Amino acid sequence: MNTIVKYITLDLIKNKIIIIYTLLLGVISFSVLSIDSNSSKGLLSLLNITLLFVPIISILFATIYFFNSSEFIELLLSQPVKRKTVLLAEYSGLSTALCAAYAVGIGIPTIILTPSPAALVLLVSGLLLTLSFTALALLVFVLFKDKTKGIGASIIISLFLSLLFDGLLLIFIYSFGEYPIEKPILGIIALNPIDLARILMLLQLDVAVLMGYSGALFKKFLGSMAGSAYAIICMMLWVIVPLFLSVKIFRKKDL
Amino acid sequence: MIKLTEVTKSFGKFKALDNISLTLGKGQAISLLGPNGSGKTTLIKSILGLVIPEAGTITVNGLQVNNNWAYRSHIGYMPQIGRYPDNMTIVQVLNMIKELRSDKHVYDEELIDSLGLRKIQDKTMRSLSGGTRQKVSACLAFLFSPDVFILDEPTAGLDPLSSEILQSKIAQERNKGKLILITSHVLSDLEDITSHILYLQDGKMMFHKTVEDLQNITGELKLSKIVASLMQEADVHKSFQHEHDS
Amino acid sequence: MIRVPVLILTMCLLAYVHAAARTIQISPRQAKAIQGAINHAHAGDTLVIEKGIYNESDILVNKKLTIIGNNYPIIDGGGKKQLIVVVHDSVYISGLQLQNTGRSSMTDMAAIRLQNVSGVVVHNNRLLNNTYGIYLQNSHYCTISNNKVSASTKDELNSGNGIHAWKSTHLMIQNNNISGHRDGIYFEFVTESRIIKNVSTKNIRYGLHFMFSHRDVYADNLFVDNGSGVAVMYSKFVEMYNNTFRHNWGDAAYAILLKEITDSKIKQNLFIKNTVGIYMEGSSRIDVMQNEFKENGWGIRVQASCDNNVFEHNNFLSNSFDVATNGTMMLNTFNENYWDKYDGYDLDKNKIGDVPYYPVSMYAVVTERIPNAMILYRSFLTDIMTQVEKLMPSVIPDNLRDDRPVMKSWKLR
Repeated sequence: MNTIVKYITLDLIKNKIIIIYTLLLGVISFSVLSIDSNSSKGLLSLLNITLLFVPIISILFATIYFFNSSEFIELLLSQPVKRKTVLLAEYSGLSTALCAAYAVGIGIPTIILTPSPAALVLLVSGLLLTLSFTALALLVFVLFKDKTKGIGASIIISLFLSLLFDGLLLIFIYSFGEYPIEKPILGIIALNPIDLARILMLLQLDVAVLMGYSGALFKKFLGSMAGSAYAIICMMLWVIVPLFLSVKIFRKKDL
Repeated sequence: MIKLTEVTKSFGKFKALDNISLTLGKGQAISLLGPNGSGKTTLIKSILGLVIPEAGTITVNGLQVNNNWAYRSHIGYMPQIGRYPDNMTIVQVLNMIKELRSDKHVYDEELIDSLGLRKIQDKTMRSLSGGTRQKVSACLAFLFSPDVFILDEPTAGLDPLSSEILQSKIAQERNKGKLILITSHVLSDLEDITSHILYLQDGKMMFHKTVEDLQNITGELKLSKIVASLMQEADVHKSFQHEHDS
Repeated sequence: MIRVPVLILTMCLLAYVHAAARTIQISPRQAKAIQGAINHAHAGDTLVIEKGIYNESDILVNKKLTIIGNNYPIIDGGGKKQLIVVVHDSVYISGLQLQNTGRSSMTDMAAIRLQNVSGVVVHNNRLLNNTYGIYLQNSHYCTISNNKVSASTKDELNSGNGIHAWKSTHLMIQNNNISGHRDGIYFEFVTESRIIKNVSTKNIRYGLHFMFSHRDVYADNLFVDNGSGVAVMYSKFVEMYNNTFRHNWGDAAYAILLKEITDSKIKQNLFIKNTVGIYMEGSSRIDVMQNEFKENGWGIRVQASCDNNVFEHNNFLSNSFDVATNGTMMLNTFNENYWDKYDGYDLDKNKIGDVPYYPVSMYAVVTERIPNAMILYRSFLTDIMTQVEKLMPSVIPDNLRDDRPVMKSWKLR
């Protein structure tokens, strides 16, 4: 497994799109952090960029990459290795490259320019987002035979999670505004890794109090260690569950 | 060496393999023939474990294919289309597969030199032509001197000289007593290599016989003629069957 | 003609009093030393309390006395009773360390209680760990200055205020440092008083809290890190100048909560890092001018029940929401403020933006109606909502706008 991961990563760090992605993130974070004197504000801008770009780029790039690698995966599978190994190695190699791009582009500049726990949390949530959306791409890859359909599914997933989900949540909150729905909301939030990343990060910044102002439970629960742990564990589930399903489906898949 | 027992595989309503049983032995070079969509690729992929049949068993060297992966160390596979990660170099691809196969430390690198890959080994896969990539696939199939070769259209896209080199390599391996399963549309390329012909149509095995037997039956010497005559016969047989069915 | 003899008589009287005034030293050796000394003293005497620990409480000051501590003698109530009760005018208390009053739900236990008096001065004392620090009751023309009043209160129920005044007039509260009480300074029915240059921090409820207190002036005070900020209710003609409200940051915190305040002025204050800069409810005719609102969650929250307030020449910088309101009709005026979120232009170079600024974002309106929607703060969706609203205004109150937003921030300090 390590062999495959190593070579795939070596291949991907020379990939033009990965390099452009890294540079783009780097330019954005340097400009945002050097323009904004207020570091908390700069981190918020970077958070928005992370929430906007990381999911869609990760899932689209990964989906295309996995489908383009299908012949190579077949070749690897003609060797005496397990299917699970090949699939997870493909995933690990790709997510390593994408995580490295994020870490180099946003994580490191942020930690150097504004060293703070919040910067660290930004890095962690960006990486977890990368990991979960790459895992979702893997799931798309094992579910669809056709590349075009797969790309379509990926676009729908990322649009749904970054926009439509919040819209539906807002409608839900609006419709049931009279009832005590804080707890259901906390449950629903767990269904969207982008929201989880956003809240995890906001709780590190002063603006968290805005949440507390309107719903004491949000601040009380999410602001606690248990809340952060909840968000992180849910995000990790967003990595593990798609991976687990992918492996399970791939085991029976005809290539 | 390879044994299929009542293997059936369907994709939806379409039966790619229909109750196939056969045994392929050592020292044989089997040409797998049949029209497009007859199930050749499915058969190969089933043996490699890439396609999972819904019924029947396949064994390679006595090892069950199903849910097993170790048996593949006996197989050298050359796919029809070789696609590799864009930025890997030839030498990286070779090294990667070598490292993956920690069970073997002796490499048959004859083809790497004879096909001229050594000189261009630092080129990236993206910059290679289809034919050169095919050469890389060929080298990989032969690298570990396996007992079984599965070659899917090995000479397609190769220049005549390279094709010649590859054919003689295949013949050489067959003479060592290896089992060779080969599909090709270029029948003349198989002329000197083939010992058996396995003919598939609509997922059914039409026949599996030695070349000598077929020469006797058809009265033709050349492989292409034999096949043409057999295909005609098969068509007749099929239409007869159709009439019979209706 | 009659004035001369009166003057002479007065001078004679003064000379007599002065000649008779004694200075009495008190040391902690005997029990009830202070009360004993007071009982034996005559009006006008000076009591000097020597350094030491006095375990005395309920000390009744019923004469005009000057009580001075030498190097902060400690009067300790042992957590049972009140310490000093002043019931006579013109008493002067200074240089004492008063600590550990009792706690009771029946009476408000204070370190120093002024009861129906006038002209009393409480200056330069240390009041530590008391339920109430200084408690003024129906008192007038009193000065409370340069005291340090601190406690470490945990909950609102069993705690009292730092400086507490009830039904008093003409007070001067100056240069005090108050922390860790329920409310830092509490006024109820206190009029025509001045609260100047105090520092009120880390009080669990309000840094300053007043009700029914008209014609008071609050200037140059510092309110930092109080549980809920400053609450100002049911009062008229209040003037607040040059105060700093910093980091009153919490779930229900404001820099200032205005409830039914009318005809008042809030000028040149700095609101920085508060959950809400100014929260207004049922308030009218307030001039909010030349203030700076910086890095607050909400700059201003104006409830629909407010009218005729004027917001002019303020700076709004880096607030998450500049203005929020729960109503649609706005009867208040915003004029010539600086908004850092303003992205209009100034073609005629008159330093005033050519298009109006709408300080209420759509998302602010939504969260005002359904607070739980705050969980979507900073999501892509809400950004889009805000942008769309800018192009096609439909939800935000149309007449809540600044027609003359200035292009450059005001220099206020």
